[in-house]
Amino acid sequence: MRNAFLAELFDLAQQDERITFVTGDLGYTVVEKFMETLPKQFLNAGVAEANMTSVAAGMALSGKIVFTYSIANFPTLRCLEQIRNDVCYHRVNVKIVSVGGGFAYGSMGATHHAIEDLAVMRALPNLTVVAPGDPVEARAATRAVVAHQGPCYLRLGKAGEPIVHDGPIAFELGKAIRLRDGRHATLITTGGMLKTATLAADRLEAAGISVRVVSMHTLKPLDEQEVLAAARETGACFTIEEHSVIGGLGSAVAEVLSEADCPKVPFKRLGMPSAFSPHIGSQAYLLKQHGLNDEGVARTVQATLSASTSRVSS
Amino acid sequence: MGDTVDLNSIADLARRVRKQALVMTSRANASHIGSSLSSVDIMAMLYGKVMRYDPARPDWPERDRFILSKGHACSALYAMLAECDFFGREWLDTYCQDGARLAGHVTHTGVPGVEVSTGSLGHGLSLGAGMALALKRDGKPQRVYVVISDGECDEGSVWEAALFAPHHKLDNLTVIVDYNKIQSLGRVKDVIDLDPLAEKWCAFGWGAVELNGHDLEALDRAFTALPLSPGRPSCIVAHTVKGKGVSYMEDKLKWHYSAPKGDELTQALAEVENG
Repeated sequence: MRNAFLAELFDLAQQDERITFVTGDLGYTVVEKFMETLPKQFLNAGVAEANMTSVAAGMALSGKIVFTYSIANFPTLRCLEQIRNDVCYHRVNVKIVSVGGGFAYGSMGATHHAIEDLAVMRALPNLTVVAPGDPVEARAATRAVVAHQGPCYLRLGKAGEPIVHDGPIAFELGKAIRLRDGRHATLITTGGMLKTATLAADRLEAAGISVRVVSMHTLKPLDEQEVLAAARETGACFTIEEHSVIGGLGSAVAEVLSEADCPKVPFKRLGMPSAFSPHIGSQAYLLKQHGLNDEGVARTVQATLSASTSRVSS
Repeated sequence: MGDTVDLNSIADLARRVRKQALVMTSRANASHIGSSLSSVDIMAMLYGKVMRYDPARPDWPERDRFILSKGHACSALYAMLAECDFFGREWLDTYCQDGARLAGHVTHTGVPGVEVSTGSLGHGLSLGAGMALALKRDGKPQRVYVVISDGECDEGSVWEAALFAPHHKLDNLTVIVDYNKIQSLGRVKDVIDLDPLAEKWCAFGWGAVELNGHDLEALDRAFTALPLSPGRPSCIVAHTVKGKGVSYMEDKLKWHYSAPKGDELTQALAEVENG
């Protein structure tokens, strides 16, 4: 996703000199082309995220479209108040990019696990929050946040995420993408869990459970209609995210379902508990430990639906 | 604004702003009058002579930019903007009132002439550096002025910006430290000592000068000499007096918080008028 984002941004920046890429001293071997080809649109702000974010706001107030770029929690939590006051309050064209959302830097340790970022970013006024599901969505999201007037948060994976969409997609901020339809439940995913969701859907299909899969690439504004359609048309909702179950996709969907005028349906948030991971290991290992691999997701969905059915029939 | 401005007119502008800020603070029973009074002469020089702006077009692209990073001193900025015709003086009557546009920290929404909202310390210099960098990259001649407080220099982000600006040769950026020696809970030297302050800025790569922040001639000389060092951002360490112009407020922590009432206000206005 990172490489898709950078390739797309490079193309866009060549056509629009307002686009400025500001890195917090990260991006070895991947940002050099931008730096060397478009030096007037590139800035290394050093290891100083608070200054980086306010500088970006100042540049945006002077007409630039500024991307701040770093990894994990550095471009978000480290400089949260600068994002709130300088970026969001002034509604400036700053696009905050975090590479390595979730457990992408898994073995680096808990400091590098970005698993509360969506919750925190989602709480900020004026901020559009985007977590594309694969490299195809990452490219489309990059174009969309450049075109969007105002602050955005773009949460990316790192590198090597599989391509899920096998053709062109219609990407619109705030409009979920339905990848496949189903009759018994909907898996709503955000970010890099999209592939896992489709694999889990395959497993469930094999077990006779037909599921819809939805990529909720924009967390804010949330596509509430797609959430309600999932509940009404498939009768069960599951959210899957590489993030704490507090405040992210699961919370956002729960908020919609609980306030909507629709019958209660089986619903479960699949994500990280609110905890620092006690495990050390790769992204895949950590996801598996938390039941966020395709097998774990399928198992939880199946168990939840079975429990619900037995409740209804008892 | 031009070079022919008489310093007496600057002093008169400062006097009017001080009186407005005192009345505003008293009426609203607001805090921070001491912080406002220490910065008034710096702002009067900027708005009275140094900066190019057009109150009829607050977003005029060719304006110089001003950021009051010590946003708690907003009564002085609001009064200055009113005195410079960015909005009517009657707005000042509503300062901090229910439904007003003028909040107790610098707020940009709906207030002509305010570039950015401040109030959390340590943001303004970075914002100004971003503006200065964008102006430079676009080949524009406008300048950026940021007033920060001494207590604000405790914030690490100030020093991130202090490292950043000289590296990028932002000679169109000037920071003025309103060094009134008192911060929220005590004297700066007792909380986190900043001295030697000008030397710190010099060591970070800024052209720096120390002066009396209430001496209009000294301020005039410094602003006329910008950039203080070729190719570098400039830092003016302005030694000021908290509560300047009102004898019972001067150099007193109390007036970081208290508002003058009744006879106190009457005395304060008289002292400023005759000062």
